[in-house]
Amino acid sequence: MVMMDVPTRVVYSRPEALDPRVTHYCPGCTHGISHRLVAEVLEEMGEVENTIGVASVGCSVFAYNYFNIDFVEAAHGRAPAMATGIKRVLPDRMVFTYQGDGDLASIGMGEIVGAASRGELLTVVFINNANYGMTGGQMAPTTLPGQVTTSSPTGRDVKRQGYPIQTAELLSTLDGAAYVVRRSLHNTREVRRAKKALRTAFEVQKHRLGFSLVELLSTCPTNWGMSPVEARDWVEERMLTYYPLGDYKVSPAVAELNL
Amino acid sequence: MAKELIKGNTAVAEAALRVGLEAYFGYPITPQTELLEHLSARMPELGRPFVQAESELGAINMVYGAACTGKRVMTSSSSPGVSLMMEGLSYIAGTEVPAVFVDVVRGGPGLGNIAPAQGDYNQIVHGGGHGDYHLIVLAPASVQEAIDLTGLAFDLADKYRSIVCIMLDGSLGQMMEPAEIPPMQPLKAEIPDWAVRGNSDGDRRILTSINLDPPAQERMNYRLMTRWQEIEANEVRFKSYYLDDADFVVVGFGTAGRIALSAVRAAREKGIKIGLLRPITVAPFPNEVLEELTEKVKGFLVVEMNAGQMLEDVRLVVRGRKPVEFFGRMGGVVPFPDEVLTEIERLVAVPLTTNGHPRDRWLARMADVIG
Ligand SMILES: Cc1ncc(C[n+]2csc(CCOP(=O)(O)OP(=O)(O)O)c2C)c(N)n1
Repeated sequence: MVMMDVPTRVVYSRPEALDPRVTHYCPGCTHGISHRLVAEVLEEMGEVENTIGVASVGCSVFAYNYFNIDFVEAAHGRAPAMATGIKRVLPDRMVFTYQGDGDLASIGMGEIVGAASRGELLTVVFINNANYGMTGGQMAPTTLPGQVTTSSPTGRDVKRQGYPIQTAELLSTLDGAAYVVRRSLHNTREVRRAKKALRTAFEVQKHRLGFSLVELLSTCPTNWGMSPVEARDWVEERMLTYYPLGDYKVSPAVAELNL
Repeated sequence: MAKELIKGNTAVAEAALRVGLEAYFGYPITPQTELLEHLSARMPELGRPFVQAESELGAINMVYGAACTGKRVMTSSSSPGVSLMMEGLSYIAGTEVPAVFVDVVRGGPGLGNIAPAQGDYNQIVHGGGHGDYHLIVLAPASVQEAIDLTGLAFDLADKYRSIVCIMLDGSLGQMMEPAEIPPMQPLKAEIPDWAVRGNSDGDRRILTSINLDPPAQERMNYRLMTRWQEIEANEVRFKSYYLDDADFVVVGFGTAGRIALSAVRAAREKGIKIGLLRPITVAPFPNEVLEELTEKVKGFLVVEMNAGQMLEDVRLVVRGRKPVEFFGRMGGVVPFPDEVLTEIERLVAVPLTTNGHPRDRWLARMADVIG
């Protein structure tokens, strides 16, 4: 074998902000992707040594184990309140919450609306997987009409169980919210767009322009009873129609950021 | 500094700020609101955060977050709001971060009313949130004492990484009395090692109350309990009046204790050898002095503005060795000194028993008054 002196260039590696341990997430779950995107963004912005994360109650309850970042763990739904407390006393730190749809849009609706309306300088990473993952796949506020879950066994009947909540649209009506968008993690193109949105959201915080939230359509193959590929397709075919991707709130100051 | 005429709620707010309160989070509720209102003006003046939260759930969880940074933080509320805070208190206890809250207690249960009461004793002292934890609970009986205990509350919270509750009866929050507030002190300079700060020193810190490994969670519980033993050994505070030669003892905290003192003085004038024990820390409870008194005296009268919540803690110490009687008013009704005096006179005149439950006898006596 001939040894060749080939110059190597690292084009892809694990962000330092991500702990190298194996996560507890199921195969095909997109929590891992969104963790990575957050870590990459914070690293690219040089904010890893200046950030405090607030984990929530849900499958991502142990998110704090996977980031090389200071973290606190909130009660179910209360992450935006806890983050408010931290940000108000440490206004120069980057503070973000990482919340599921049951956590944010059901039990924590009061806290998220409060934080957004006050224009708290927080970034919220909002994982919409259309069910309560951690407790075994019950109906969430985001569960689609007709969707079968363990607590809507014949499919969500909107007459009895009400309609899904479109969180990004709802929060975009609040003046305190500077940047509210919905993205998806079901294919590479959307993953890249999601990363750009997360970058913008953290920049909005850094520039003190107001509250920022990125809703990420995510998969839950285990509780949906699908293979990872089927789950990806289900996001595309079913979720995108009820939860259109787009920018729901980009305040004039954010538009001027010109990233 | 001179004394000024000042309302309890305002006094506690100003005292907190002067002993280094760095952030306040609260929600309006009578009879506590002046505390929040005072800080809504004063905190921004000093460049310190004040947030009117979306609810008491929000307020206590903001306190939780801010407490994780090691700063002196607090909230305040009244009974229905404090019920909402129980979740957050359990999490704060489970994370072992210091926090102070004020409960200006009003008449309940339910929405109740805005009159003074002591019906939150069980919820605060015996823990309304889930799991094994204890709060340090301070029960002042005057505006001046409320001011003094506010400083102590923050010191104890820091010292034991514990939650401290200043339990004010609605009357103390609303009442104006001459009192002196200590001068402005500098803010706490050092950040405790455990506090999150954003990895700025290269060390990563995680503050959480979750522990999926039962033996590890048990060790954490053990740590909380042994810390509580330390608090019980070192932090009991009470005030005694006329106890040296007393045959009988009234036990009462806060406003009930203060009213009882008037009755005790009136009884002394009539030659009745009676004294008063007024717990200042209702948690940790002054068990030791009560034990000593049990050996010495002929009987006890517990006076509260509830249906006998502290009564059970007294009975646990006395354990049927001496008669214990009870007198209380509930639902926001404040007892008159005359009523307590009548109870004292009855106590020393009638044959006493250690049988039955003092609450049953009291309810029977109150049938005509309340029923
Ligand atoms: C007060 C309270 N109620 C209920 C629960 C139980 N619980 C834990 S996780 C969860 C649902 C989380 O779902 P979601 O926010 O959608 O996140 P996911 O697990 O899907 O990522 C529930 C109901 C709890 N921990 N605390």
